[in-house]
Amino acid sequence: MEQATEANVKQKIPNPRVEMFKAMMGRFFQNKLAVLGGFFTFLLIFMAIFASVIVPHDPIEQNYSEIMMSPSADHWFGTDEIGRDIFSRVIYGAQVSLQAGLISVGIALAVGVPIGLISGYYRGFWDEFVIMRFTDAMLSFPPLVLALALAAVLGAGLENAMIAIGIVLTPNFIRLIRAEVIAHREREYVEAGKASGLRDWRIILIHILPNTLAPIMVQATLAIASAIISEASLSYLGLGTQPPDPSWGAMLADGQGYLSDAPWIALFPGIFIFITVLSINLFGDGIRDMLDPKLK
Amino acid sequence: MQAEKKPQQQQNLLEIKGLKKYFPVGGGSFFKKDNTYVKAVDDVSFYVKQGETLGIVGESGCGKSTMGRAILQLQTPTEGEVLFEGQDISKFKPKQLRELRKDIQIIFQDPFGSLNQRMTVGAMLSEIVRVHRIVPRSEELTYVQKLLKDVGLNPEHYWRYPHEFSGGQRQRVSIARALAVQPKLIICDEAVSALDVSVQAQVLNLLQKLKRKYNLTYIFISHDLSVVKHISDRVGVMYLGKLVELSDKHGIYKEPQHPYTQALFSAIPDVSVQEKKERMMLKGDVPSPLNVPSGCRFHTRCPLATEQCKQEIPEFRETKDGHKVACHLV
Repeated sequence: MEQATEANVKQKIPNPRVEMFKAMMGRFFQNKLAVLGGFFTFLLIFMAIFASVIVPHDPIEQNYSEIMMSPSADHWFGTDEIGRDIFSRVIYGAQVSLQAGLISVGIALAVGVPIGLISGYYRGFWDEFVIMRFTDAMLSFPPLVLALALAAVLGAGLENAMIAIGIVLTPNFIRLIRAEVIAHREREYVEAGKASGLRDWRIILIHILPNTLAPIMVQATLAIASAIISEASLSYLGLGTQPPDPSWGAMLADGQGYLSDAPWIALFPGIFIFITVLSINLFGDGIRDMLDPKLK
Repeated sequence: MQAEKKPQQQQNLLEIKGLKKYFPVGGGSFFKKDNTYVKAVDDVSFYVKQGETLGIVGESGCGKSTMGRAILQLQTPTEGEVLFEGQDISKFKPKQLRELRKDIQIIFQDPFGSLNQRMTVGAMLSEIVRVHRIVPRSEELTYVQKLLKDVGLNPEHYWRYPHEFSGGQRQRVSIARALAVQPKLIICDEAVSALDVSVQAQVLNLLQKLKRKYNLTYIFISHDLSVVKHISDRVGVMYLGKLVELSDKHGIYKEPQHPYTQALFSAIPDVSVQEKKERMMLKGDVPSPLNVPSGCRFHTRCPLATEQCKQEIPEFRETKDGHKVACHLV
């Protein structure tokens, strides 16, 4: 970076790319909550990656002499009904939950964004009578029931649960993006792009997509949260993570039977789901604002 | 003026023959579509010569802007020919149209909506220059910065976002965008209407300066009669999707022949104390373009209307040298 700017310093023009990047970073770091969200998000990802190094106990090792122990120096978050260390399970559970959240939303974005963009930009028969009616049909099912049906068809297991959740989330993205594109395609800047002789893909990807980023970002962060919870529900019903692998959702489900005797079993995975969802939301908001040049 | 006296010697850059643009109205039930149309532009013909400025005036909703967009093929004309340098561009394929964009450009009315808020001015202009390969990549920055200077902005504005500019500056950016491809014809669609009067004058002067510098041709669409008078060589008047009068500026402003033009021009505010102008008031409103009057479209409001006006559509014919009017009484 030093070398790149040096040539420009001589001409007394700051490197515009560096300036723009600095301005973006400035916008991000101004938002303290976003920084906090980002910090926790990365902490969780770090935790998930280095789970095997961090954990003090084997997460699936059962120890019948230490059943339902309350939090102590040895077992920070206590132990569950068959004596497994909850702290270790929560750390390992981060792997599952973060994967479930990120990958299923990734699937929904990968499918939903292109379809939404094309559908909204070109309109016509395919948009009106095929894609929209199909999303209507999918949205008419209760999301969990649909995810359950899909997961059942695909077979139990984390991968299939993620695919099922991804499919269930997709119609929301299609509709959201399509609506945004329809609003933007009538704007004069899009018409000006056409008048300048730009190709359709360029108008869609370079002009319309960045302008629809804000709602996509918000929807995606919210969807990560609901995907984590959906994975938890599927695990609870036996279609997600298979026991004895730890997942926050499954732990929460296990713990609910012991809420009065050993509240920590459900409490800690619950707190982690909450922190994850909140952090990702705040982080997403921060990124959205960072990309908006209008905010100073 | 010089040009008007010798119209045959100058080439027609653009010629429009019987241009129509109808918009279907989504009436009727799901199974039985209603066949009503908004006739936004109905059978308009005119030509524009190389190097001149043709002003198009008319009230809101008379089809001026739709016509501009139909000429550019941003909206496909329902019928009619648009001949640019002798070629009918309304039959062009998308690829040919993209090439054509190098020759015909448009400046939009809204300086806020017509720029992409997420892109710096430089990125936006460079993109166009690159897509059309106007200059080699290494000269891109210099070229775009020269463009910015041409329209009265600073080269440093290259790195600014649209929201950092004032309305007048944004309109200059729009002008730079139109100029970037080195066009022959620019359609100014209410290009100064959204600006303050003082800024309007600056932008108009800039447009005239650029016209001389780059040998441009303008179609200047506006509802502002004084602005059109200031900038145009010839002026056309539109009413309800039709051209009612077209002549060189001096002819039409001194001796308007069509009753609508007379009424319209009598509404121009005048500051002179000596001659008190007779103000011609029209009765009623502009009829809906959904249901246009029979015969002459103006007969419902025309003080001189006769029985013939109600039945026959007047022909758009030449009454004097280069002065065309669509009225039975002229």
